[in-house]
Amino acid sequence: MLSILTTVGIIAVLVTETYSFFQMAAVEIAKRDAAEVAQVSAVARSKTTEARSNGKDAPGDLPEEGEAVAKPVVEAAVPQPSMRRAFLEFATGTEWAPQFAEKHFGILPLLCGTLLVAGIASLIGIPIGLASAMYLSEYATPRTRSIVKPILEVLAGIPTVVYGYFALVFITPYLLRPIFSSLLGFEVDVYNAASAGVTVGIMIIPTISSMSEDVLRAVPRGLREAAYGLGSTKFDVSVRVVLPAALSGIFASFLLAVSRAIGETMAVTIAAGQNPQLTLNPFLAIESMTAYIVNVSMGDTPAGSVEYTSIYAVAMTLFLITLATNILSQVVLRRFREVYQ
Amino acid sequence: MSQEVSGRSDWPKPKVPLVVVLRNQFGRAFEWICLASTWVGMVVLVVLLASVIWKSWGWLSWDFLSHFDSFRPQRAGILAGIWGSLWLILLTTLISVPVGVGAALYLEEYAKGTWLTRLIQINLSNLAGVPSIVYGILGLTVFVRMFGLFGNNTVVDANPFSVTGRIPLPFGSTIISGALTLSLLALPVVIVATQEALRAVPSSLRHASYALGATKWQTIRHQVLPAAMPGISTGVILAMSRAVGETAPLVMIGIPTYLAATPGDISNVKDLVTNPQALIDVPFSMFTALPMLIYNWVRQPREDYRSLAAAGIVVLLVFLMVLNSVAIYIRQRFQKQIRW
Repeated sequence: MLSILTTVGIIAVLVTETYSFFQMAAVEIAKRDAAEVAQVSAVARSKTTEARSNGKDAPGDLPEEGEAVAKPVVEAAVPQPSMRRAFLEFATGTEWAPQFAEKHFGILPLLCGTLLVAGIASLIGIPIGLASAMYLSEYATPRTRSIVKPILEVLAGIPTVVYGYFALVFITPYLLRPIFSSLLGFEVDVYNAASAGVTVGIMIIPTISSMSEDVLRAVPRGLREAAYGLGSTKFDVSVRVVLPAALSGIFASFLLAVSRAIGETMAVTIAAGQNPQLTLNPFLAIESMTAYIVNVSMGDTPAGSVEYTSIYAVAMTLFLITLATNILSQVVLRRFREVYQ
Repeated sequence: MSQEVSGRSDWPKPKVPLVVVLRNQFGRAFEWICLASTWVGMVVLVVLLASVIWKSWGWLSWDFLSHFDSFRPQRAGILAGIWGSLWLILLTTLISVPVGVGAALYLEEYAKGTWLTRLIQINLSNLAGVPSIVYGILGLTVFVRMFGLFGNNTVVDANPFSVTGRIPLPFGSTIISGALTLSLLALPVVIVATQEALRAVPSSLRHASYALGATKWQTIRHQVLPAAMPGISTGVILAMSRAVGETAPLVMIGIPTYLAATPGDISNVKDLVTNPQALIDVPFSMFTALPMLIYNWVRQPREDYRSLAAAGIVVLLVFLMVLNSVAIYIRQRFQKQIRW
């Protein structure tokens, strides 16, 4: 019976552990930063510790913006590692390259990749999911529903690796390439954000539609009857009466789905590539936060190195974002629920 | 105009205003849109299955099922993955079901509605929304490395195969680490499903039991649990089938993609009977899992590996479908028996 306490313990461990590792990472960042600054000012050449050979097959162009990154002029040859500055770079830096000799720790490219994928996913998943929820709750006969719902459940139960395979082998060559590359003349990479986004969008359809359908069906019958009694058409009833009545629950399901899309790992890792860059072009290879974590742990990085600790920092960011979304969704559900009785 | 004049002898056709016509058309169009998007899911499912099966055609053979992975795609197989996944899921079930059901029983039957239980409840639903990769990182820190407390800081445990009765203390990338990690992942799902099943048991049943003089434990043991059993087992099976397909936590805890050995060297059922000693080794041996092999093959650029991945996916999906149909069977069967 104490097991529930372990559940609480889990989250405590998770938060403290990731947090302590984040701190450690920040210190590491500061150290590397210091070494880097020393390198730039060319005072203490010998101080440049362990130019790590990178075992990753990352694209060859080494970050050349090292000098361009705004650096405060440091008076001392060996600058003090400051947590604050490291954190600042982590939060606002536009370059992510902990695996190169010259390290940069700006989470923005990863964040951008994640949000790009999640954005495309919501563009695809939310309208389709909502529309199918409307259909299932307002239009479908019980028999249709009894057929469609299990199929959606199957769709929800397919492992994410399979979706990743699907994105790479089917969506990019047979769906995206013909439409965007041949017809519209975009350059579509083998690994691209769009295919990951589309796939994740498909993945979140079942979440949205089953949750939204529950909420829509919970709207009392009297409301619908009253609307019909006033001469509304079926469309008016579904869109102008039932939908607003269920809006809080639907919104909560959206948020939940978006948080799933942000945390989605395997499909994005497989389909979106591993090239962290700050771009909004969905046809380029990007790297999301989850993909970065996977890629680092697939390579052999020794424990305690910067790469290793950096995955904790990234995971912490990821965790905070999804947690915030989940809590927001619960708050929305509770605060804006309309109570009927 | 002429219709209005034509008078009362024959009923005039009611003139429908254009707005109403348009509105009806619009409503119908909306219905079609909704129907179409409902179909999107099904079309995707069919296309997905078709493309996977088409790709794996000719690759799925007995050799594929009974060989280890190989660097030559033609000779690669998934034996290690199948056994790894089976052991993994068995251990995960053994760990997460008692804990999960216990927690749910406590929350539903014993706990009072204090702020603590409310907090736990909120916490649970949040945990269910945590990305699986974060659990993977947790598993890496806690189980695989044990916070680095025991010194051994290498990623791969040096000699994990020769463990007989000896427990390596940082668990390393062994089955027990994987199972514990997946249990953490599955626990919120199991707890919530069990809670719902328990809540569905009518309180009249409990009251009747109490009225006959049963204690709280007797009531739970003999009335509530059996009544909630179909719900619980359905929830558990669904959670487990989710856990089978999880790849990200396994990647995180660093299990190898290539491994030419099955856990405890048990590679068919006969070994299980002849060499029960190996069972002790199983939880502490290195392993690889089906989704892990698939992921590894998908990453390879060569076309042959894609086919291999497709064949692996087919096996995985068949496995999942078996699990799911067991769940559905249980649900159907017990729903008929129990009636109140």
